[in-house]
Amino acid sequence: MQLAVWTYEGPPHVGAMRVATAMQDLHYVLHAPQGDTYADLLFTMIERRGKRPPVTYTTFQARDLGKDTASIFQNAARDAYERFAPKALLVGASCTAELIQDDPAGLAEALELPCPVIPLELPSYQRKENWGAAETFYRVVRQLVDRDIRPEPREGRRPLVNLLGPCALGFRHRDDVLEVRKLLWNLGIDVNCVAPLDAAPDDIRTLGRADFNIVMYPEVGGEAARWLDQALHQPAIRTVPIGVGATREFIAEVAALAGVDATEALADQQSRMPWWSRSVDSTYLTGKRAFIFGDATHAIAAARIAHEELGFEVCGLGCYNREFAREMRAAAALYGIEPLITDDHLEVEDAILNASPELVLGTQMERHIAKRFGIPCAVISSPVHVQDFPARHNPQMGFEGANVIFDTWVHPLVMGLEEHLLTMFRDDFEFSDEAGPSHLHGAARRHEGESAPAPSVPLAVEVAAAQVSHGDLAEARPAGSQISWTAEAEQELRKVPFFVRGKVRRNTEAFALLQGRGAVDLATLYDAKAHYAR
Amino acid sequence: MSPGENVLGCAPAAQPQVLRERGQREVFCGLTGIIWMHRKMQDAFFLVVGSRTCAHLLQSAAGVMIFAEPRFATAIIEERDLAGMADCQDELDRIVDKLLTRRPEIRTLFLVGSCPSEVIKLDLGKAAQRLDSKFAGSVRVLNYSGSGIETTFTEGEDACLTALVPEMPSADAGEAANLLVVGALPDIVEDQFKRLFDELGIGPLHFLPAKRMAELPKVGPNTVFLLAQPFLTETTGALQRRGAKRLDAMFPFGAEGTTDWLRAAAEAFGIDRMHFNRVVAPGRERAKRAIAHRRERLEGKRITFLPDSQLELPLARFLHTELGMMPVEVGTPYLNRELNARELVLLPASTRLSEGQDVDLQLDRVRLDRPDLTVCGLGLANPLEAEGLSTKWAIELVFSPIHGFEQAGDLAELFARPLRRRDILRV
Repeated sequence: MQLAVWTYEGPPHVGAMRVATAMQDLHYVLHAPQGDTYADLLFTMIERRGKRPPVTYTTFQARDLGKDTASIFQNAARDAYERFAPKALLVGASCTAELIQDDPAGLAEALELPCPVIPLELPSYQRKENWGAAETFYRVVRQLVDRDIRPEPREGRRPLVNLLGPCALGFRHRDDVLEVRKLLWNLGIDVNCVAPLDAAPDDIRTLGRADFNIVMYPEVGGEAARWLDQALHQPAIRTVPIGVGATREFIAEVAALAGVDATEALADQQSRMPWWSRSVDSTYLTGKRAFIFGDATHAIAAARIAHEELGFEVCGLGCYNREFAREMRAAAALYGIEPLITDDHLEVEDAILNASPELVLGTQMERHIAKRFGIPCAVISSPVHVQDFPARHNPQMGFEGANVIFDTWVHPLVMGLEEHLLTMFRDDFEFSDEAGPSHLHGAARRHEGESAPAPSVPLAVEVAAAQVSHGDLAEARPAGSQISWTAEAEQELRKVPFFVRGKVRRNTEAFALLQGRGAVDLATLYDAKAHYAR
Repeated sequence: MSPGENVLGCAPAAQPQVLRERGQREVFCGLTGIIWMHRKMQDAFFLVVGSRTCAHLLQSAAGVMIFAEPRFATAIIEERDLAGMADCQDELDRIVDKLLTRRPEIRTLFLVGSCPSEVIKLDLGKAAQRLDSKFAGSVRVLNYSGSGIETTFTEGEDACLTALVPEMPSADAGEAANLLVVGALPDIVEDQFKRLFDELGIGPLHFLPAKRMAELPKVGPNTVFLLAQPFLTETTGALQRRGAKRLDAMFPFGAEGTTDWLRAAAEAFGIDRMHFNRVVAPGRERAKRAIAHRRERLEGKRITFLPDSQLELPLARFLHTELGMMPVEVGTPYLNRELNARELVLLPASTRLSEGQDVDLQLDRVRLDRPDLTVCGLGLANPLEAEGLSTKWAIELVFSPIHGFEQAGDLAELFARPLRRRDILRV
């Protein structure tokens, strides 16, 4: 058993629902008890879908067990077919139905429904949501693809591709599809099918018409693309165009595979991010410590952007989906850090505290952790939240996605000049450091000692990330601290901005202990600063 | 039927017909009750023994991320537990140890059964007994089932309170009469009721659940109890078996419901009628004034309840008798005629009562009926809105203070707001 207070991923049948809900003319009959219908609200509330997910839950009860749960399943499947007339039917079990072993596949087959029936085997006690989505999409593709449909002769037509992976409840999938379409349009490439998002079974049938596949989200589309490569010899582009560098590579790879000229697509005038990052106003971003956690694809992409395109230091990197542990380890090695691969948010919280980042890039869970500790934060990955479905266009992919990312990550940080002013004029009664950065709505308002690791401070005592571990940030001093401060040093400490004051105190005391100094005076304070200086 | 016609008290002569359906139920399971129970009982922790689905349900239904660490968690059963590679009881001991080390302030631990734990027949009663003697004196370990195969949404609270009843100390037959208010209420509502009962001169007064295990009230033959919630069928039985007597009353929604509820206690305690009227009058008048503000918008409007919390019957009665709304269909997951007897007679004869659910058939009826307002779960609200039907989220009725005089206006407002919003939007 595993103790969980909160989970990054739902069970695998929720992954299957994400595929079913994304598609058209598909219905999913899920053998499940009352209560599992909660999953509907993920789609209708978080994503604000105006339609119920195409899922029929058999809703068996305790009194049905050992009697007629099988016939309940068959009736539900028959009724669902009659009512919704789907072009294909997914059948499967949720965690409880898996235990009663009714064999939805066999039961559905016995009904001889006049549409393809796709049985799903999703082991609920081993696997999770992303795996369930990938497996479901793979099963759908494998069963519905017409292997006789192959690309037309290449002469006299534009190249044709499939976009695989966009899904319901995906992080910005809707907007990313538009951006990737734009990139392909600039390359003179047409899209055969986007799947599963908005694809009907008939669209899946003709996937083979495309020259190659683009795996936008390996978490969902990876398995299906692998099979298409094997069975139909359809190659796949696996570079995910998140960030300027990755987008350029994506364009180059796609152009090479399609045999088209990439020059025009690479010269996109709407790509502002490189100049925004090079402009002097961004100098203060240099070396900001970023902690990154999310699904593997988004986290790895974010690390590259942080490192190469914004000049941050990646001080933590990890993902919650173990299926991508290998990719994650390879990425972390680039930054010389140990990757954090866990689905325990408490472990992530500890890692964040130990890393003392100045910016957290994570999921909604990391946003909450960061908020609690007053660390600026931006969301880069699912699990999704209603705020991750903005009304406006807000992509992550392509050049526009990189523009969006620049804004989203940089705005939570204390701006360059504001950072200096906070330090220089902290005695101004209206400009008190207790007010916190003007754009953070007082979220950073906290007292000395409560403070979290936060933006670096150029003019005052600057202490880089501590090597000391500092357990609970809310503690003003390390427990049992024997170090006393001279009045002068204490006075000087008050001039350090509130958001690093606690850290400065801890580091200075740790330094004093290390040096065997019994008290902290002015010299110790500045010696410590020099000691920890980057 | 035209709006406003047949508005008040056409009591049906016979028992109304009830449409019973079974099929897909679009309702939460009993685990969901943990979301409010764990805040109500401040030294209790709820450990669901279940699957990843259970954990995901709790975090999704709560609709929030975690700020304060909640006093609930899920022990997720894994493959190795099912394959017999690990003994579930040992695993449970390990997890409970870990949990109690982390949360030493916990005084009551509920092991909460789920669909998977019921299906694999994991004996949580046995586990609770074992752990209870292990932590004897420091933590009381109890168990109940919130599984979807046995409980619907608010039945989880019923099961939890039922598990608490045997823990209540016994009151001697010789002790003075005391009043017990049963059902989790928001603190502010509890305090309001406390003041009213004090003024009436009714006491000793206790609430179930109590905020802390140590405050769990006594129960005995001289205990009379009022249900604050209509879904407490099992709890009622358990209390009666301990000699307590249920006071029959309407549920305390709106001016009339609250008055009737208070009056039942006043009569049981022999409170002078004049005194009762004097004490109750100010709150009752305030409630009526507050409700009057909403009446204009709601009067004559047709409303359908889809089954959700079992609050449907008393709420339909309130909306009908005090706001002039016309119930079209009132669906409830489970209809307890005895507890709702005084509510049922006040519903108009034309009301279609339904118990259980086949959601597709029920939605067909909603589309045919086209009520002005449909009260439904979160999975159905936006899809119905997209079809042009105004909705009210049922879950808000469970998560907000709606009982008593002072909340009567707020309760009416919950129903009026979707209609007002529909009328003011020009997009």
